[in-house]
Amino acid sequence: MAGPTTPRNLSAVSAPGRDGIGASPPRPDGILKVKGDFAYASDLWHEDMLWGTTLRSPHARARIRSVDVSAALALPGVYAVLTHEDIPGSKFYGLEIADQPVLAIDEVRFHGEPIAIVAADHPETARRAVARIVVDYDVSPAIGPVEALDPERYGHVHAPADYKAHASGNIVHSQHVHHGDGDSAEVRARADVIVRGEYEVGMQDQAFLGPESGLAVPAEDGGIDLYIATQWLHVDRQQMCPVLALPPEKVRLTLAGVGGAFGGREDISMQVHACLLAQYTGKPVKIVYNREESFFGHVHRHPATMVFEHGATRDGRLVFVRAEIVLDGGAYASSSPAVVGNAASLGIGPYVIPNASIDATAVYTNNPPCGAMRGFGAVQMCFGYESQMDRLAAELGMDPVKLRRLNAMEQGSVLPTGQVVDAPAPVAELLRRVEAMPLPAAAYRRTGDGVDLRELPGGVSNSTHGEGVVRGIGYGVGIKNVGFSEGFDDYSTARVRLEVINGAPVALVHTAMAEVGQGGVTVHAQIVRTELGVDLVTIAPADTRVGSAGSTSASRQTYMTGGAVKSAAEAVRGTVLARGRRRHGWTPDLVAGLRLVDGKVVDRADAVVADLVDLLGDEPVDETVEFRHRPTQAFDRLTGQGFGHVQYTFCAHRAVVDVDVELGLVKVVELAAAQDVGKAMNPLAVLGQIHGGSTQGLGLAVMEEIVVAEGRVRNPSFTDYLIPTILDTPPMPVDVLELADPHAPYGLRGAGEAPTLSATPAIVAAIRAATGLALNRVPVRPEHLTGI
Amino acid sequence: MEFLRPATWEEALAVKAQHPSAVPIAGGTDVMVELNFDRRRPDALVDLNRIRELHEWRIEDDDTVRLGASVPYARIIEALHDRLPGLSLGARTVGSPQIRNRGSVGGNLGGASPAGDAHPPLLASGATVEAASVRGTRLIPIDDFYLGVKRNALEPDELIRAVHIPSATGPQQFAKIGTRNAMVIAVCSFAVALHPHTRDVRTGIGSAAPTPRRAREAEEFIRAELDESGLWTSGGELPRAAARRFGELVAGAAAPIDDVRGSAAYRRHALAVLARRTLLWTWNDHRATGRAAA
Ligand SMILES: Cc1cc2nc3c(=O)[nH]c(=O)nc-3n(C[C@H](O)[C@H](O)[C@H](O)COP(=O)(O)OP(=O)(O)OC[C@H]3O[C@@H](n4cnc5c(N)ncnc54)[C@H](O)[C@@H]3O)c2cc1C
Repeated sequence: MAGPTTPRNLSAVSAPGRDGIGASPPRPDGILKVKGDFAYASDLWHEDMLWGTTLRSPHARARIRSVDVSAALALPGVYAVLTHEDIPGSKFYGLEIADQPVLAIDEVRFHGEPIAIVAADHPETARRAVARIVVDYDVSPAIGPVEALDPERYGHVHAPADYKAHASGNIVHSQHVHHGDGDSAEVRARADVIVRGEYEVGMQDQAFLGPESGLAVPAEDGGIDLYIATQWLHVDRQQMCPVLALPPEKVRLTLAGVGGAFGGREDISMQVHACLLAQYTGKPVKIVYNREESFFGHVHRHPATMVFEHGATRDGRLVFVRAEIVLDGGAYASSSPAVVGNAASLGIGPYVIPNASIDATAVYTNNPPCGAMRGFGAVQMCFGYESQMDRLAAELGMDPVKLRRLNAMEQGSVLPTGQVVDAPAPVAELLRRVEAMPLPAAAYRRTGDGVDLRELPGGVSNSTHGEGVVRGIGYGVGIKNVGFSEGFDDYSTARVRLEVINGAPVALVHTAMAEVGQGGVTVHAQIVRTELGVDLVTIAPADTRVGSAGSTSASRQTYMTGGAVKSAAEAVRGTVLARGRRRHGWTPDLVAGLRLVDGKVVDRADAVVADLVDLLGDEPVDETVEFRHRPTQAFDRLTGQGFGHVQYTFCAHRAVVDVDVELGLVKVVELAAAQDVGKAMNPLAVLGQIHGGSTQGLGLAVMEEIVVAEGRVRNPSFTDYLIPTILDTPPMPVDVLELADPHAPYGLRGAGEAPTLSATPAIVAAIRAATGLALNRVPVRPEHLTGI
Repeated sequence: MEFLRPATWEEALAVKAQHPSAVPIAGGTDVMVELNFDRRRPDALVDLNRIRELHEWRIEDDDTVRLGASVPYARIIEALHDRLPGLSLGARTVGSPQIRNRGSVGGNLGGASPAGDAHPPLLASGATVEAASVRGTRLIPIDDFYLGVKRNALEPDELIRAVHIPSATGPQQFAKIGTRNAMVIAVCSFAVALHPHTRDVRTGIGSAAPTPRRAREAEEFIRAELDESGLWTSGGELPRAAARRFGELVAGAAAPIDDVRGSAAYRRHALAVLARRTLLWTWNDHRATGRAAA
């Protein structure tokens, strides 16, 4: 294995040289956020603005007999009460399938569905007005994922006449993948052992800290300027224009301060509502959700039920996999089709398996809509196939890491989709590294005063002083795609301008990339410093005056908009050097070896041939570039074959847990990770992504779940939707490999999602090791561990 | 909404007599959540934060701690962990540092949530609530204070001035169950206090019945067990079977429900485990300190 490197001295914030790529310059928003000075979208304010609020359905499934808004309208201070009847254009929107009503039309399909919107001069007035709207409901029993599969008996979430997806019944989308001889009788006969398991993943929420918010300002030209916390400005606009009946140039979006996203802002929420109210009232309208409304205002991670069969030879070689996956898509399609594509194509994990038959299906139900969340269809599968690998190892009496390494894929391996992996895929090496890390101290420490409660399951709740505590260790590894797949025209636009300001060369970077906390703006400046040899880089606000940057999701932005910034900077450099050639008669050979370093043009021998300031003079160079990754192909509908994904990314985890087996409480003692990032553009940011992703995986393993009963959300608050605190978050040693992907800018690999996959199964495997229980569902609850 | 800010205790009582529906606000860690989520829209708030004495505590001649209603948890942990170890353990589990800097025992009692973490230790130590109105002062034994879910024995014109808590004369413990390791509402909780001078054992159960309550049968059982086997005198080891039986009786004293935080069956199970463990910790502590003193 050639020269993998691990970044060191990550605490050194400033970098050698000029904070170019590979350094860890501080992020511009970091100190502001820590001090509470960062302006989030919820801090937006405009003179004379109104406040918008939303009336939401208390029922999961009901016909609306009537909506009476008169009492709300009569309240002083109320400027508008709108229902679907007031929408000037199309009444539907959606990321992939426009099946979601902007405001409910004659029926509601999930608890929390918006029915009416109000604008008033005070948020309290707006809330009171909403309470005065009278809706007459005819309630029906909610259709869950089991009922959804039998529409003849239980009915349709979308009546056949209104159905807009591309299958039928209550199916949103399904994908079959047939690899080798599938799971034919002949294949099965070749397996010495077959293990079968049924697994379930609960509904996880992105739980971003900054709730949905934005400000819509009507403009003199009849258009609207929207300041908004989102993940993808251009696709928001694309969905809103038909609703507002406005052309794209009249709907202008500017990114406001985003407080986290994790997929939950990929669909629009209050965007179009704020614009409708602004359009109607002619006044600026602000909408900001509170925490409870936020739980109803965005899509969640798909709950999954999965049945797996793994067949292997006695010596541990995988022979076949059969997988049947049902994902609960909720009431509307959102990105369910793409989630299904991921689940089907990545469903056997990072292993070489000659035969596979996989079926993944997303169903419409009367549960909250599910869509994008960090890991996007690959998270659920990873819990399933990694649980199976442990089960198989137990059946074979084999070490679970050894079994994984024996079957690990590598560069050149063929995926079940027929795609050949044409970049490094160091799965076995990651497992080897994470296993080789030193283990944490044997158990919680006893000091003179007794035990440090913070080291024990239950923490300061003081539920054990060591009684019942058993340690366990578990492993997990996963595979995630990077970028948009299945033939999607995935591109990013960047504009770079180089000019002299106050005697110094200064670069400006303008993109529509949503900075949601991932650190893209820091990396863009690093790229420009490296490519153009300047110190001063300004990042322009992200808006729709420049072309689309695509979504800040799918681990794609450093690759895609980073790639676009690199290309634009290269174009700027080319123009600058062409200018030198014309002016100074440089030979093509000389130009070919020229670089921009520290404000100078230098040749191969590092000799200065010109000063950048002189070359630029008072003529700025300004270049805009669209960057695309290699094209991908849609998966064949019947066989799942196709070059579907552009890049793969891998992470392995080892979890060490202490379980109080009597009380069913878990303390994750350590969560070690090894990940290949191709090139650590900003090592500190990479570490942050791996820590954050691992923690979200930990949350899914032991606590995070939106509890839905008969379509009703029972815990829409941070009191009862628990996310890990610092006492739940263990030390997380990280080993970073940098094996360049030859197809990617700088060889980099998207880093944000892979750690979310494998953390969950590693932790559950460790809990199984401590308890001996089967544990087929996440999150694992105390009831599961105590059998009560 | 009116915002009333009395400067003295007497003024506060007068304000409350005038506006019985006014909601007192101390640390505000419950009140502000209710206002923000629109669960409560009182016509007036009475801000108690200008009244200094509510933030103070003193030791009475009989060694009782007279704890001002608004003393925040952080101060209890810092200054009173020796005298009030049970309450301090409970305080340590409340919310986050920010909440412990603001939240108070008076507020916990005012809200009377069955999940409040101050209640079990107050029950186990035999505290008394000092309630007052323009009509006069009442001392309400803690056993009579909790009337129902989020209902307490205060009259509409009354305010809590202080809580009288006997200084510990023996080991005390508090333990709670939450599904994460910090900042979590109790799924259930339990407190136990040994009172060697009176050869008494008192308990408190949280989050497992409509109100915080004592496990009286368990108390009687263990009192008898310790008496009959002469353990108070001998300082011998507590038989594990006795601790186990104590746990079962505590679980039996609970009346838990199934909710989104946990099932009734789990709550009972966990209470039995917590009661057994905490009883053994206190007894072993008692033996160790008793021996050290001898
Ligand atoms: C994030 C968070 C986490 C929390 N975690 C926990 C936890 O782990 N355990 C726990 O027990 N609680 C928890 N709480 C709830 C709260 O912090 C406690 O109940 C606290 O004790 C309330 O004290 P306070 O001074 O803030 O009360 P306030 O909010 O000021 O008042 C609470 C109630 O008491 C009344 N009141 C206040 N003072 C008086 C008085 N002198 N006389 C009469 N009535 C009065 C008020 O009118 C109100 O009804 C949490 C709250 C939050 C926001």
